[in-house]
Amino acid sequence: MSSFWNIWVWVLTLGSLVGCFLLLRWCLKNFAGVKEGESMGHEFDGIEELNNPLPKWWSTFFLLTIVWAFGYIALYGLGNWTGVLGWKSSNQGILNVAESKAKTAASLADGSGVIVQYDREVAAADAKFGPIFEAYAARSIEDLATDGEALKVGQRLFIQNCAQCHGSDAHGTTGFPNLADKDWLYGGSPEAIKKTIMDGRIATGMMAWEGALGGDQGVKEVAAYVISLSGRSVDPELAKAGKAQFAICAGCHGPEGKGNQMLGAPNLTDNVWLYGGSKRAIEESIRNGRAGVMPPWKDILGEEKVHLISAYVYSLSQD
Amino acid sequence: MKNSHEKVEKNVGLFFLFTIFAISIGGLVEITPLFFQKETTTPVDNLKPYTALQMEGRDIYIREGCSNCHSQMIRPFRAETERYGHYSVAGEHVWEHPFLWGSKRTGPDLARVGGRYSDDWHIAHLMDPRSVVPESNMPSYKWLAENTLDGELTGKKLETFNWLTRNRSHKDENGNAIPLYTQTEIDGAKDAVAGKTEMEALVAYLQSLGHALK
Repeated sequence: MSSFWNIWVWVLTLGSLVGCFLLLRWCLKNFAGVKEGESMGHEFDGIEELNNPLPKWWSTFFLLTIVWAFGYIALYGLGNWTGVLGWKSSNQGILNVAESKAKTAASLADGSGVIVQYDREVAAADAKFGPIFEAYAARSIEDLATDGEALKVGQRLFIQNCAQCHGSDAHGTTGFPNLADKDWLYGGSPEAIKKTIMDGRIATGMMAWEGALGGDQGVKEVAAYVISLSGRSVDPELAKAGKAQFAICAGCHGPEGKGNQMLGAPNLTDNVWLYGGSKRAIEESIRNGRAGVMPPWKDILGEEKVHLISAYVYSLSQD
Repeated sequence: MKNSHEKVEKNVGLFFLFTIFAISIGGLVEITPLFFQKETTTPVDNLKPYTALQMEGRDIYIREGCSNCHSQMIRPFRAETERYGHYSVAGEHVWEHPFLWGSKRTGPDLARVGGRYSDDWHIAHLMDPRSVVPESNMPSYKWLAENTLDGELTGKKLETFNWLTRNRSHKDENGNAIPLYTQTEIDGAKDAVAGKTEMEALVAYLQSLGHALK
């Protein structure tokens, strides 16, 4: 704060406190020319006004609030003065994360002379929970997946951060994968799960194929063939025509339609349909394409927490 | 001085003036200096202006009253920063007119929602929140997918924001102000949004939130 605004704050604050005190003192004096407790010489509807002073308890409390204000200023400061405690709630005025971290480190250093409430709160929590997360981070995901306590922590983190898309039971919904089954787009090994959460999966997705398949008929044919892959009955003529065109799908989904976890291309021969397994849904997927995005979480949660969530997710399909 | 309070009690105009004087002191001390302080007028380093589409999305956010249930203000408590990310600072909001901090959290804080969920999720969630979060009590906003933008006013909005933020934009190495939008961007604003749905605009806006301090 510039010195002008510093002075502005000081003068107005102290001025209003002194002003309040003077006003109170003035109001406590008897200017009426009538003795205390006697009639002011008028009445309204039988109610007579007496010249009574302000109640003592009230004016005492008023005075105490003024005293309180000076005490508060002394402890917490005013304008540019940080007060005896050197207290503030957080580091405002930072321009980037690095600056924020530097200020936090400075405020926590011995003899910094300031109390940044937020930094202290976080440091206390880190001292308490840090070793717990550290110990979990040192263990393998397979090992954590058998540890009930670790899974409890993982589940809480999952519900807080992952349930919005994958559901609080991790069973997913249309467009958002079920994590509790054994079907995986990008692989279900502990490493693959952790990588998915850390870095996200921002695939190019499946492109729209209607044009390349020569219009609606092509879409229907390929859809029929795709449906036949999981053993459902379809119009054999359509499926046959679709099979001939499936070669362009095989690039990602493989010649047998079993998918490719390197690309996140789903297996088309099983019973799991991320975007719905009805004829209409499959046709729509082929016609317009699909592009699911898993956001990266390492910057939001940090590796230690991702490690625990990975263990929780991994545990869901182990039995 | 005898009974001089009568003068105030019997004169509404004078009483009004004294009242205004008394209640203005708090504001003069607590609010006025903020208009002139470095901390509250300097944008954070990574602050980026909204694109034309995000700007339209912001207006839809305002129109639909999203800020009645969602705040955009992470307070400096660990319980909040664990869930939402770094606490909000003034420098992230110096270009906001009006502020959309909100004061009520029926839904979660959105100050750093950008990048947290996929576009697909936002669309599914705005169409029918319960399709992805069964526990949600948020209304659905299906009509956003049907309304398209014509972009008639988008350029003007960008121009207005250039004017509103003229003293608080980033500076180049010579200390000259860099306006939020170039003339090319203002001229191209209509084409950038025309034909897009309100849904696309709102999702673009939501995805832009909070990156400046991540």
